[in-house]
Amino acid sequence: MRFEWTVALRFLREGGLQTLLIIAGTTVGISVIVFISGFLGDLQRDLIRRTLGVQPNIIVRPAEEVARPLRDAGDASRLAQVQARAQRLRSVDQWQALQAELDTLPGIRAVSPVAAGPGLVARGDVNKSITVTGIVPARYAAVTRLNEKIVAGELRLNPGDVVIGTDLARDLGVALGDKIRLSTPTSPGDAYQVRGIYDLGQRNLNRAYAYVTLPTAQALLNLPGGVSSIELAVDDLFGAEALAARLQARMPHEVESWMKANTQLRTALNNQTVMTLLVRFFLALVVAIGVASVLIVSVVQKTKEIGILRAMGAARGRILRVFLIQGALIGASGAVLGSACGYLLTAVMSNFLRADDGTPLFTATFSPPLYLYTVLGATVIGLVAAVMPARRAANLDPAQAIRL
Amino acid sequence: MNPPIIDMRDVRKTYNPGTPVALEVLHGIDLAVREGEFACLIGPSGSGKSTLLNLIGLLEWPTAGAYHLNGRPIAQANDDERTRARLETLGFVFQFHHLLPAFSALENVMLPGLMRYGTHIPEQRRAATELLTAVGLGDALHKRPTELSGGMQQRVAIARALALAPPLVLADEPTGNLDTRTADGVFEVMRQFNETRGTAFLVVTHDPRLAARCDRVIELRDGTIVRDAPQQH
Repeated sequence: MRFEWTVALRFLREGGLQTLLIIAGTTVGISVIVFISGFLGDLQRDLIRRTLGVQPNIIVRPAEEVARPLRDAGDASRLAQVQARAQRLRSVDQWQALQAELDTLPGIRAVSPVAAGPGLVARGDVNKSITVTGIVPARYAAVTRLNEKIVAGELRLNPGDVVIGTDLARDLGVALGDKIRLSTPTSPGDAYQVRGIYDLGQRNLNRAYAYVTLPTAQALLNLPGGVSSIELAVDDLFGAEALAARLQARMPHEVESWMKANTQLRTALNNQTVMTLLVRFFLALVVAIGVASVLIVSVVQKTKEIGILRAMGAARGRILRVFLIQGALIGASGAVLGSACGYLLTAVMSNFLRADDGTPLFTATFSPPLYLYTVLGATVIGLVAAVMPARRAANLDPAQAIRL
Repeated sequence: MNPPIIDMRDVRKTYNPGTPVALEVLHGIDLAVREGEFACLIGPSGSGKSTLLNLIGLLEWPTAGAYHLNGRPIAQANDDERTRARLETLGFVFQFHHLLPAFSALENVMLPGLMRYGTHIPEQRRAATELLTAVGLGDALHKRPTELSGGMQQRVAIARALALAPPLVLADEPTGNLDTRTADGVFEVMRQFNETRGTAFLVVTHDPRLAARCDRVIELRDGTIVRDAPQQH
């Protein structure tokens, strides 16, 4: 292959500006592909985080209670109506053992037990319905990053402390250190001191939750020692559904991923992915056409040289490989440069694009697999694009080529 | 008598055979060129010289007849066999020298070695340098073809044709593009290699002066050999 590599490299070098231009074109195409891929992944990840608020990636709940009518098996078709059972607040069975098991499973980043149920918050004449949410702050923060959303005070709960949202605090007219009354249908409740105020960026969410310690919530919700759910954060956000299915298969509880719980968001993200996939496909096609057309021109320009090489004893296969190598080299060099430019573009854009609250719209992450696959993909594209010109070169009649 | 390198019997070449515009350009050629010969192929334009040279050089297929190259029947060999035979047995020098412009003079001469061995071996570099020095280009080893005169380029082409020490070099009007003095110099280089290394040459030429300096003259007219005679100097 030394002969093929030597001739291919010389042909490319001899191409001068023509070679530089096609590598530049490939670089631009690949950098946009890399930018879109990286940007899309980062943006979707951040978008999901913002949209889901404090929703976990996966939630494990007790399985729904179903009505089991007493009947003979043979008479099942005669039951005109089976009334669904009301779903009471129940604890996840053996949740501590389950939490310990989930802690060790691969792909799960954080595990947080939660006791949540309906409640009322009151101050003076104002009553607001909320979800009383009992948490272990460190674990909950690892799953939902609530600690990053605290705008006043802190997410450190002692018995008698509560953390509420900005809008609820405004509705109640309370600030840090003020007391509010929490009650539930099963407990008259008590007064709790506002220890922290969070802002999830959505008004309804900022009115929805009142965070207390796990034992406090257990007492308020009449769930002694129990939790209503176990919430999980996973390593691969888009693999949550598959992981949830695997977990579901090994436990009697209901396991639900964010994808299943937010089908509209998931559909929108899927559509966005399909659209960008199309854009990336057409960009790759443009790159391939560019490489092919430059190599076809090169074959025409080098007809005589190909003829002389064939006359000297270069087999068709060798000429074919000379041009395939050129295509692969153009693709690979464009991909390496394009990956660097694409990452640079993503990093620059992540500094420019800001959300309403002033925080970056997305965080640029360096993803080695993305660049590895890009370089491999672009090399294959270059190789495939070179097939037609290479075959044309290999099939040249040496006698005719020399006469030209 | 030396054994023949090329041995053609009743070779014919027809373009567009089996069609209304079929044209036979070579009619029953019998030709043998032996080791160490220095032969010229002469004839007017359109007599079939280039076609015959292409057939001998395995660049075209004969329509009929037998062709043995170095004792091996090659007339109906496939493309791979013919390509290998070209690399191992024949050297080519063309009228317009056809060097590869992307390579220096030395690299052009080393290309056949790279083609045969798949890598650069030190002996090839030494042999290529010796060849270029022998054709008077020892100080232009690293110059590109565009930096060389027409005569110098043709000398590089001769050195390249001899790089793998083939028993026969086919030269298609190698001096046709050169002035008389330069043409004499290039012709002299070929004669030297013929005498010192025993390489056989079959040179197509229009130049009667140069033809007169060949050991043997083969004259082609209307696709037929009309004269094939040795010459005394």
